[in-house]
Amino acid sequence: MARITPLLWLLFSAGGTVAALLFPVHMLLTGVAVPLGWLEAPRYEALHRLVTHPLTRIYLFVLISLPLFHWAHRFRYTLYDGLQLKHLTVLIAVLCYGAALGGTALAAYLLWNLR
Amino acid sequence: MSAGPHYTLYHPRWYRRRVSVWWWLQKRSYAAFVTREITSVFVAFFAVVTLWQLRALVQGPEAYERFLARLQTPLFLTLNVVALVFVLFHAITWFNLTPKAMVVRVSGKRLPDGLIIGLNYAAWLVLSAAVAFVLLRAA
Repeated sequence: MARITPLLWLLFSAGGTVAALLFPVHMLLTGVAVPLGWLEAPRYEALHRLVTHPLTRIYLFVLISLPLFHWAHRFRYTLYDGLQLKHLTVLIAVLCYGAALGGTALAAYLLWNLR
Repeated sequence: MSAGPHYTLYHPRWYRRRVSVWWWLQKRSYAAFVTREITSVFVAFFAVVTLWQLRALVQGPEAYERFLARLQTPLFLTLNVVALVFVLFHAITWFNLTPKAMVVRVSGKRLPDGLIIGLNYAAWLVLSAAVAFVLLRAA
């Protein structure tokens, strides 16, 4: 654990930066503006064409994966300090980073299979 | 007094005041700290929404329509608005903390905190506009 801690902190801060810079605009457009009808939803064909572009695939992989690791790291400490679960250290770490790894694998799988 | 050490049967427990699980409600700065920690849950929430949208795109037009319809339900609309508020809190606190986490020196001189924070907000603006431009052009 001690050996990968610097890597985990790096993923945490990279993910926090990606989430801070890029999530608000995506959330505003996809999660609020389109469902409320302020904007028209992108048509399937157009969005599909955009997402199949290699650069968009890389962008989406980064956009999903890094913030998940940011969550894993921060949420782990929220559980330790907020809920005083320090005695469950190993279990919590496995569940948090495991979930982030799972989400990353799923993103890779979906982006790979998008034709 | 008896000579020699006196052993107690049980090891004494150190006196530790138990801290309530709600310790962070006692002070504004503690509450802000925990709120900042909790923003990560909403970051993860939107990452999952994005994964879900991606899966819909892989599955085809009908799945994509279902995804769009789902996001219009009151449940997801509420979740998305709440998540946006928390992620904005994350973004603002994150940008304002960067000069503390990262000291940038240019020719030996430390860049002022305000400049680093300002550059963050400028990058935020430019990137948001770029994402909006690409997505709206596809719409």
